[in-house]
Amino acid sequence: MEARSAPPPALALHDVSKRYGRRWALARLSYSLPQGRSLLLTGHNGSGKTTLLRLVATALSPTHGRVEVRGNDCVTQRDVVRREVALLSHASFLYEDLTAHQNLVVLARLLGMDAPADVAGELLVKVGLTKRSDSPVRQFSAGMRKRLAIARLLMKAPAVALLDEPFGELDPAGIEAMEKIIRELKDSGVTVVLATHLIEQGMALCEERLHLQEGRAVAA
Amino acid sequence: MSDLLKTVLQVGSAVAALASVGLGVWLGVKWAPPRSRVNARPVLLGMAALALALLVLGNWMGLVWTPSEREMGDVYRIIYVHVPAMWMAMLALVVNFACCVGYLLKTSWKTDALAEATAEVGLLFGTYGLVLGAIWGKPTWGTYWDWDPRLTAMAIMLVTYVAYMALRRFVEDPEKRAVWSSVVGIISFVNLPIVWFSVKWWRSLHQVQSTPKTVDPDMTLALRVNAWASLILLTLFLLHRYRTALATREAEVALPEALPTDVPGPNRASEVA
Amino acid sequence: MRGARPISLLKTVGVLLAKDLLIEWRTRARLNALIFFALATLLLFSFAVGPDTKVLARNAGGYLWLALLFASVLALGESFRVEQENLTLDGLRLAPADARAIFLSKAMGNALLLMLLGALLIPVMVALYGVTVTMGLGSFAATVTLGCMAISAPGTVYSAIASNARARDVLLPLLLFPLIIPALLAAAKATSLVLQGDPMNQLGSWYGLLIGFNLIYWGLGFLLFPRVIED
Repeated sequence: MEARSAPPPALALHDVSKRYGRRWALARLSYSLPQGRSLLLTGHNGSGKTTLLRLVATALSPTHGRVEVRGNDCVTQRDVVRREVALLSHASFLYEDLTAHQNLVVLARLLGMDAPADVAGELLVKVGLTKRSDSPVRQFSAGMRKRLAIARLLMKAPAVALLDEPFGELDPAGIEAMEKIIRELKDSGVTVVLATHLIEQGMALCEERLHLQEGRAVAA
Repeated sequence: MSDLLKTVLQVGSAVAALASVGLGVWLGVKWAPPRSRVNARPVLLGMAALALALLVLGNWMGLVWTPSEREMGDVYRIIYVHVPAMWMAMLALVVNFACCVGYLLKTSWKTDALAEATAEVGLLFGTYGLVLGAIWGKPTWGTYWDWDPRLTAMAIMLVTYVAYMALRRFVEDPEKRAVWSSVVGIISFVNLPIVWFSVKWWRSLHQVQSTPKTVDPDMTLALRVNAWASLILLTLFLLHRYRTALATREAEVALPEALPTDVPGPNRASEVA
Repeated sequence: MRGARPISLLKTVGVLLAKDLLIEWRTRARLNALIFFALATLLLFSFAVGPDTKVLARNAGGYLWLALLFASVLALGESFRVEQENLTLDGLRLAPADARAIFLSKAMGNALLLMLLGALLIPVMVALYGVTVTMGLGSFAATVTLGCMAISAPGTVYSAIASNARARDVLLPLLLFPLIIPALLAAAKATSLVLQGDPMNQLGSWYGLLIGFNLIYWGLGFLLFPRVIED
């Protein structure tokens, strides 16, 4: 047992398995990420990176085992965990028929913010979408969706940011901007869990690395 | 038939049926799980023989021994098979409801497997009973289908549970299938009394269905013997369906093998040994 | 960020309902198509039955509710299809929004949509089938409200289930139709009574059935819906 004063790990996996139908996406994974460190998830497509992030985000429940975020169980203390984590996923969580601004306002209202419209406006400035703030998301390019999705993540001001392929579908300038945002998150004390194929960029941003292969942790 | 013999029949058939249910539950725990080593054959054969004997006896009583009904003549004799079938269908669906609630309270593949078994066997008995009811309707009402509230409600019930079975087939993921079908099972069961009352009102506002109550005590006895025989049959069917469902489920949800590189946890000692 | 704090269940319902109505408004072409579908159904009944206005007038209540029921299957399916694009339902769950609030907002939104449809179909029905409205508009409004709510509560639960299953377009009506029979019966009967008059005071008992149906299924949906959408 660790010293009592030590904070709980930012992320802890205890013998975690997840099954979809008959396929095991994660198999008996155990891992612990200390607070103040950031984690790079690598592995081929289908190795279980997305599943792991969705488990931590409480979008899924593990079939076996336990996932904990800062000492809170992702199943039994789901609501606590949900307020602490934010997920940037392949699916953008954006309503195609609403405008960029409306999408952010809905989330701001759900989060109980005082001035939803102002918060949304500020974030649109931050991600550089002010010109298109009143266009429906359906007309957005993939890169613009990504930027709007990251605005959504920033609005939650999470303690743990889960980023699934944040650099995907971005041009070089976009990648650079994304790196800057991730650095800022880290500097403000946010634990970043990053899944990406761009290992170089990832290694520069994260101190720890977990390589997955067919749902199991292996040496990279 | 003497009174003593009647009492023996009453008590004997009831004891036999209830004992079979007890044996069925015991087998469900001991024999149904995959890889169980309990030899169930003698008990199963015994139950089957008992069911057969009671069925033969009950049908003889129903067809030969009991008197004709005053108004319907011999036509009424179909109740000896129709009524027990309906009772068993209801019973199976009550168990199904209990399983659905149970699964949502405490996740277990056993309750899920039993829910699947009860829904299917309940559908089987229900369809059988419904067809018999329609056959009875032809000489009684002159048509196979008279929108009699009982039969109508039963038909709606069957469609409801066909939908339940369809849902089970259409969802691949075992956990999701179990949760969703439990939700649908609960809603479907709660709907049964509502359907019954609404159909009754719907019909009664048009015409009043009269069911003559001229029941001879001998008829009750014959009906009971048949019902107890059906109960043993129901237990047998459920047991078999439950066993296959449980085996399917366990195959679906088997844990991945631990790799040599994994650190064996304290709770995995049994698998290592 | 500034001022973020948990909000009450009721407020969540308000936010989500406003969002759903906004989406419905912004995609009103889809809404229009639904309205014309329901109108076309109503029209088709006259062809299927024949031009005998007496028969049409007598069965008008039943046709109205069948048209509404068919349209409701499309509307219910659509209400979760919207949430499947980009997995926005996950976005709501993780926001976090209470799953029960999601149920209430979806069920209320669907009920409102059906009521709107009902309000549009009734004048058309009156014109098309040559019916006369014997009782007041108040009873008509009550019937439509109760009936639409009765369809939308179980419909929302089943639509959430069916939207994630295979063959969802077949599964939703298969699950919903047998369940909805008591409500359909009561609503159609009540509508007929409203149209043709209620000499034997039967309207109350059909309303009773509808109210009971609503209480049971809104309650069950509220309790069970979190299990449906949470993994």
